[in-house]
Amino acid sequence: MDTLNAEEGLSPLPPTPEMADALVELDQPASLWRDTLRNIVRQRSAQFGLVFLGIFFAVAITAPWIAPFDPNIPVIDEPYNQDVNRQELKYLKPCIHILGCPEDQPQHIMGLDGNLRDEFSRVLYGARVSLWIGFVTVGFAIVIGTIIGAIAGYAGGRTDNILMRFMDVMLSFPSLLLAIVIVTVLGSGLINAQLAIGIVSIPVFARVMRASVLSIRETDYVTASRALGETGGGILFRRILPNALTPLIVQATLGIGGAILEVAALSFVGLGAQPPLAEWGSMIAADRKFLTTVPTLILFPGMAITLTVLAFNLLGDGIRDALDPRLNR
Amino acid sequence: MLQFVGRRLLSAIPVMLGIVFLVFVMARVIPGDPCYATYGEKATPELCAAFNARYGLDEPIWKQFLIYLGALLQGDLGTSIRFGRPVTDILVERLPLTIELTIYALSFATVAGVSLGLISALRRNSPADVGTMVVANFGVSTPVFVLGLVLQIIFAVWLKDTIFALPPSGRLTPGTEVIPIAEAWGIPDLSGPLGSLLNFLSNIYTANAILTLNGPLFVDAASHMILPAIAVGTIPLAIIARMTRSSLLEVLGADFIRTARAKGLRERHVIRRHGMRNAMLPVVTVVGLSIAGFLSGAILTETIFNLAGIGRTLFEAIQGRDYIVIQGVTLVVALGYVMINLVVDVSYAVLDPRIRLG
Repeated sequence: MDTLNAEEGLSPLPPTPEMADALVELDQPASLWRDTLRNIVRQRSAQFGLVFLGIFFAVAITAPWIAPFDPNIPVIDEPYNQDVNRQELKYLKPCIHILGCPEDQPQHIMGLDGNLRDEFSRVLYGARVSLWIGFVTVGFAIVIGTIIGAIAGYAGGRTDNILMRFMDVMLSFPSLLLAIVIVTVLGSGLINAQLAIGIVSIPVFARVMRASVLSIRETDYVTASRALGETGGGILFRRILPNALTPLIVQATLGIGGAILEVAALSFVGLGAQPPLAEWGSMIAADRKFLTTVPTLILFPGMAITLTVLAFNLLGDGIRDALDPRLNR
Repeated sequence: MLQFVGRRLLSAIPVMLGIVFLVFVMARVIPGDPCYATYGEKATPELCAAFNARYGLDEPIWKQFLIYLGALLQGDLGTSIRFGRPVTDILVERLPLTIELTIYALSFATVAGVSLGLISALRRNSPADVGTMVVANFGVSTPVFVLGLVLQIIFAVWLKDTIFALPPSGRLTPGTEVIPIAEAWGIPDLSGPLGSLLNFLSNIYTANAILTLNGPLFVDAASHMILPAIAVGTIPLAIIARMTRSSLLEVLGADFIRTARAKGLRERHVIRRHGMRNAMLPVVTVVGLSIAGFLSGAILTETIFNLAGIGRTLFEAIQGRDYIVIQGVTLVVALGYVMINLVVDVSYAVLDPRIRLG
């Protein structure tokens, strides 16, 4: 109290321009989401990630309009080049008109694959498949992982112990190995590969969720809602879950990149996407024997995977940094 | 210290037992009949009955498990259903390759990762830092199989006739002879554990070359290992570099670093003795975790580089329903993990006395 009184006696300094700006900002009501969004957009890595992702989403949505050919039909079935020799067209090198490819040849920016399909169209359509893989796989893992983590954290005691020990055992196996076993049990195919990678990713989300629940469970506002007669489920879903979302979002963004990588790996060993689906991993597997003659068939889908995963990783890093109050400048 | 190691070893026993049980169950959950997987079209009920009797597959599951456990305690991992050879023989033949690959990949990842992270942290926001972090970001985002194939394209196709050319696949140039260590040392009749150990070491070709002073073999074997090691090691490298950078930055901002500088210590000394030593704890964790991830990478890398290692063996065993091989290999790998975790724990204790005493 004494210090307060002493300070009241001092005449206030005139506000500097920066202080004035800060005061203007303070006039707007503070919103967690708006602040977070502003912080995310400020991060250099998040900017890159968002731009890349924007491009990939645009490609995925507009694939049917921007792809010059059908991704699954050999170009020889198109009416205009019926008289071309099949063998000559196989593994056709990229032909780009502005880079000196003769105008009388049809343009194939990334060449043709072993089945005479336009590689460029397949890479474009692959964006659809990969984004779908990423979101669905991680979505599955988040839902199950969150439920397990929430129950374990909220119930505590024996339930917690059993659930989390089970998660530990799953984490102690190399993830790709466990996924291969699961796919072998379920049978090869894209859906089963996604399911396998989804199952393998559950423990990470369960752990993140449990940790959040454990810390939020002890806060005063949870005690307050319990005192007001809120049910267990109500506390869990209305009070705890919304406040535990941020670490989950970070983990999910990073997890999507990981899921795309791992499903591509399963497809590469033949357990995931099956032909003729234009999936980047299986495209690489199909043409890898011709590595020495047509490396472009490996390089383009490979670059597509790397850039997509990179975009999600950069965005995930950006969100994490933006949400970390210690890093706020 | 010894007590600490002993306590950790004891606590590993129930984990191992759990893994033995889980692996046994997991191998049997995989649908498909090993007899049909082995003989395919030729399988008849009579043939399969004889087949199942021969491998003890007609016994009840619990009895199979007890028989398996009993044999295991005598060091017998069983006989492969598909190859008709003892699993231990297959391991002696194929595990060395994966160990060799892991050693090179880990050395590459750790040395390069820690150095890059160190440079990044000390020259924060410099072009070197930004460049390192860009490389690290690309490193974690590139699938192992894409990186392996790209390395093949660069070093075996584009640089084919230069001094940088590296072999695209295999372990040795065809025609290169490998002499078992025991034979080179003039003790070819050695048997027992020592004989097995020497056989095992003989199959780690670079170790064989060093022990038998065989220069050409070393160069050939090592040059075949470079590309696969880079392929497996790049993701860990990127993670280690990022971890070293962030951990060191945090430590360098601590009060005791300012104190050390205030005492007038040389900067080198501050970084090495006060900074790095404290920053290494999380890095050691990451290195330990990445060894665990190597098997996933090994499955893909061994496929791409056409290497008959343990990752490839396990993958083929799962596809061929070779229960005995799946069990044996997974068990040995799991044992390896437990040992690695032990080493990681012990190195914590070495780096941080508080853990040893606590």
